[in-house]
Amino acid sequence: MHNAVNVNNVSLAFAAGLVLVALFIGWRQKLGVDRDMIIGVVRAIIQLTIVGFLLKYIFAVNNVLLTLAMILVIIFNAAYNAMKRGKGIPNIFWSSFWSILISTSVTLSGLVLAGAIKFVPSQMIPISGMIASNSMVAIGLCYRNMRTLFRDQRQQVLERLALGASVHDSAIGIVRECIKTGMQPTIDASKTYGIVSLPGMMSGLIFAGVDPVYAIKYQIMVVFMLLSATSLGSVSACYIAYRRFFNDQQQLITASDNGKQS
Amino acid sequence: MFYAYFRINEESGEMMTALLTMTDIDYRVGEREILTKINLRLEKESNLMVVGPSGSGKSTILQIMARMISPSAGQMTFDGHDAFTYDPMVYRRRVSYCFQQPTLFGKTVADNLNFPFEIRNQSVDEARQHELLAQVNLSPDYLNHDITGLSGGERQRVALIRNLIFVPDILLLDEVTTGLDTDNKAIVHSLVDHYRDRGGTVVWITHDESEIAAADDLYEVVAGKHTKEVRHA
Repeated sequence: MHNAVNVNNVSLAFAAGLVLVALFIGWRQKLGVDRDMIIGVVRAIIQLTIVGFLLKYIFAVNNVLLTLAMILVIIFNAAYNAMKRGKGIPNIFWSSFWSILISTSVTLSGLVLAGAIKFVPSQMIPISGMIASNSMVAIGLCYRNMRTLFRDQRQQVLERLALGASVHDSAIGIVRECIKTGMQPTIDASKTYGIVSLPGMMSGLIFAGVDPVYAIKYQIMVVFMLLSATSLGSVSACYIAYRRFFNDQQQLITASDNGKQS
Repeated sequence: MFYAYFRINEESGEMMTALLTMTDIDYRVGEREILTKINLRLEKESNLMVVGPSGSGKSTILQIMARMISPSAGQMTFDGHDAFTYDPMVYRRRVSYCFQQPTLFGKTVADNLNFPFEIRNQSVDEARQHELLAQVNLSPDYLNHDITGLSGGERQRVALIRNLIFVPDILLLDEVTTGLDTDNKAIVHSLVDHYRDRGGTVVWITHDESEIAAADDLYEVVAGKHTKEVRHA
């Protein structure tokens, strides 16, 4: 562990100089992102500082209910962010919340039962964050693609309904396409691990001085975990969300109906 | 009161029951009134032609009949019962709506003609597919044809027989012959005649004079309101 990373406040302040590089590029290229970049950096510093102290407290207390409450907060925030990708789809927050809850709880349970991680806050909370954030990205992609496909394939869906197909049979092609879209980045990334990227957890462990051969075991676990999380998140989000494009009369809701047609 | 649900046949004196009725149907989108107080009666085996200028609400009437959209107000009956009490999926199998610009799905003609069997969880009846293809002058080989290689007329014919694989009680045709050449129109007319010969009921929207002349009844709509009804003897 003699190579363990040791970032002190002075080195962190020097590293902050790298932000100036980004600001210079933004200013020079007239990108108009200076304000957003400064807000982003300030928010990141404040949020990470708060969460650092919060995690320190939760790890020290080591209480089951507090750990679960923290995981729920992570899921809630992930659902809120995924919701933004599904604007225009009715009740999309709850679709996101339940989907991320399912993907996180099933995947976490699998890891705990397999003995890959222990039910302690220092392991449960970071892993929950990884699962929820990957599910969030996958679900966001699903929603974006679903809105596009329901718009582009609107006539096909109407034709199927007119032929007497159920809502499920009318939209199943779109649902499958969206699930695939949600899972694809994780599948693609898993193909390039080790040859293109040294992914987050593995890099973190190596950075902290852990033997790389030992670190890859955890990374392999993460690959399994993320495949499970994104597939569960995408499947549940798509199957909950596609029904929101139809009303109780099994009619396709149009933008002009604003979901109010009966 | 449902609009003219019972009617006396002037020749036989028998009481006739309507297959479908619309009573005081309104349809609004936001503040915009698309249909106002539409009253309509459709008898079994009849051939009703809905006519009127573009944008007058003719397609909206057919889409309400097919329950692809729901009216803002009014009642509709089908086969003696409130139309909205039927399961929408079951209802649309009995009241089949054909679009003016049909979209074929999948890759081949077979994907389209298999679909009605798939949604009913039935095995594909190729003999039935061949029979209908023959009625629209298409050979059985067409089942394997790529849909992107079909002409406009062929696409319309395939779309139409897709609606007729399982014979519906009512066939709603939304300007299905618009843009077709004389030969394709004749094929479509022949198919619809064959369906009517088997007891089918048809509601057409058309601007075609020959189709209007062949109608039993004419129902004119202007600016979302029913203006004139002509019943042929």
